[in-house]
Amino acid sequence: MDLSFTPEQNAFREEIRQWLAEHVPTQPLQSFDTEEGFRQHRAWEATLNEGRWGMVTWPEALGGRGCDLIEWLIFEEEYYRVGAPLRVNQNGIFLLGPTLMEYGTEEQKARILPRMATGEEVWAQGWSEPNAGSDMAAIRSTAEIDGDNYVINGQKTWSTRAVWADWTFGMFRTDPESQRHRGLTFILVPLDTPGITVRPIPQLDGLPGFAEIFFDNVKVPVANRLGDEGAGWSVAMATAGFERGLMLRSPARFQETARRLVELYKENRATADKDPAVKEAVLRAYMDAESYCLSTYQTACRLIQGGKIGAESSTNKIFWSELDQAMHATAMSILGARAELLPHAPDASGVGNWLDGWLFAQSGPIYAGTNEVQRNIIAERMLGMPR
Amino acid sequence: MNFTFSEDQLLFQDSVRDFLVNEVTPEKIRASWEKDDGRDPLLWQQIVEMGLPGITVPEEFGGLGMSELDFVLLAQECGYVALPEPLVHNALVAVPMLKELGGELAAQWLPKIAAGEAKVAVGLEQNILVEDAHTAELLLIQKGDDIFALTPQQVTLRHNESIDPSRKLYAVEFEDSVPPLASGAQAAALINTALNRGALACAAQALGLAQRMIDMTVLYTTDRHQFGKPIGSFQAVKHHMANIAVRLEYAKAPVHRAAYAIANGQASASRNVSHAKIVACEAAKLAAKNTIQAHGAMGYTWEVDLHIFMKKAWALANTWGDEGFHKTRVSDYILAEDAILGAGSTF
Repeated sequence: MDLSFTPEQNAFREEIRQWLAEHVPTQPLQSFDTEEGFRQHRAWEATLNEGRWGMVTWPEALGGRGCDLIEWLIFEEEYYRVGAPLRVNQNGIFLLGPTLMEYGTEEQKARILPRMATGEEVWAQGWSEPNAGSDMAAIRSTAEIDGDNYVINGQKTWSTRAVWADWTFGMFRTDPESQRHRGLTFILVPLDTPGITVRPIPQLDGLPGFAEIFFDNVKVPVANRLGDEGAGWSVAMATAGFERGLMLRSPARFQETARRLVELYKENRATADKDPAVKEAVLRAYMDAESYCLSTYQTACRLIQGGKIGAESSTNKIFWSELDQAMHATAMSILGARAELLPHAPDASGVGNWLDGWLFAQSGPIYAGTNEVQRNIIAERMLGMPR
Repeated sequence: MNFTFSEDQLLFQDSVRDFLVNEVTPEKIRASWEKDDGRDPLLWQQIVEMGLPGITVPEEFGGLGMSELDFVLLAQECGYVALPEPLVHNALVAVPMLKELGGELAAQWLPKIAAGEAKVAVGLEQNILVEDAHTAELLLIQKGDDIFALTPQQVTLRHNESIDPSRKLYAVEFEDSVPPLASGAQAAALINTALNRGALACAAQALGLAQRMIDMTVLYTTDRHQFGKPIGSFQAVKHHMANIAVRLEYAKAPVHRAAYAIANGQASASRNVSHAKIVACEAAKLAAKNTIQAHGAMGYTWEVDLHIFMKKAWALANTWGDEGFHKTRVSDYILAEDAILGAGSTF
């Protein structure tokens, strides 16, 4: 065990730190759930890509830097430390991209990855359906072969970023006789294809962060299939795999929230200490964020050495989502009567973006497999309890 | 950056686990409760034959010269079986303290410890009472700003019964005429590092205790049927268990980090240990709470083995620095003006 960074890792940190200092926008971008904000974030992706900082874990041949998980964690630490913009194309970069590298044809990789890297094509996910949420194997949307095309009918929902995105990916039932996990196929669909209707769904903040997608005889080439026909479930499981989850929820974000929470508490102690629970909650936020970081580094090191990740990865999602909720709940307590005010309200001084974070934190225990489903997985697959 | 244990360390852990699980059974623990000193000389002999008491003793004194980091995985396994013998605190607290003291005292006692001929008890005022003072041939006792080295002949012991019958706790009294072994800054430093190592020992054992309570309860809830099904198939029971697994999973790395910080003399060791002890003991306490619930009325009995582990978990949470002490330590750190927090501040 050696918990110090190598000179190469320190040099890498220095390099990204310098680049970010020169390039991160001085004014925060608008929310990427607005049309203008989406455009700004797309432009930022292009800037990142020009510096070859967009896809650091991608192979060098594909415009990345071939970073291992430790370098990725370092990158994220520097990225969040300076408050760089959120990644509008994260579903593409971290979920679909690595899946394409594993399952995609050479033609698909050459066509899709470069435009994903520049932000020219932003990807929305298309997993859930109205009757296939936690029970994803209940998917009903169909894709029927017609010559060189699939003809897609049905509906997807909760499609994050779909309002302004260019493409979506998801599973469709290609075998109408099939049940559950069988007979599903992973297909990539351009959102401007005739027959597609995207209906924005406003989220808690009133902005259309996700959408419903309706498919009415939508024709897409069979060449847009990822993996084999009928193998969609295993491709999707790879997409949702742990390493990608790790990349989406690196500890840096939560450690920065914990740091800001400690600052908020220090600034407001005169009022915050009227509730003795607040100090304890602040302490807990720091410790849990620190635990999350330590555990992630430990797991990353094990994976780098060829270790495998097991069902214990389901503990990950519960831990960070509940931490995020708890930290923002504490911030709301500290802000007191100011907590409900929108940041631009004339008398909302010192509220920062805590309200926004509080709203977003509500989604953590729900999306990407509810925490109840995760708890069942832990009990059955990690602990071996009876079904 | 390599936050993993070596293959040797993991293999050693495996062999110690096999030994302990076979030899330190709940039946043997219950048998030891019937004895005056609560200890099993045959078991101690086996522990000595495995070379465990000398693991942290320097090679020049007949030990294996290993560090706190090497021992932390073994301490987890000692927790897993709720080992009553004072192995963990001898290896993790007494031996390093003697190493730091050095000189004649170290030269005299470390070879005896390595050979399994002597046990040493360390008593800090944080603990009020001294664990296993009754079987110690040497006692290193804090009194105020001083540390005293005492033989059994120099002390009077007053036994204090614990709810955990395996824990043997004593008030230690001695004459004022005994000169201190260490004073002032030297004693303060020794006391702080001993406290850190004792807290690390509790944290590591807490990880093992939590895992044991999970394992026992998975078996119980698989066997026990109600409404025609194993009770472990009910989500309410599953989620109790999953909640322990989550807290336990995220308590491990902090404990390993704390062991590394101590073994490498890092300035962050105190706060690392306090963080580790809080989260590991909380995981063990949650395990106790949720597994007694999953056992139902059986969990509330003396007959079912769960309480062997539960009571140890409760006790460890408030020894070698109680929760308030360790929380205050971490809290003082994060609220200090010059605290460096946030992304990239961990290592």
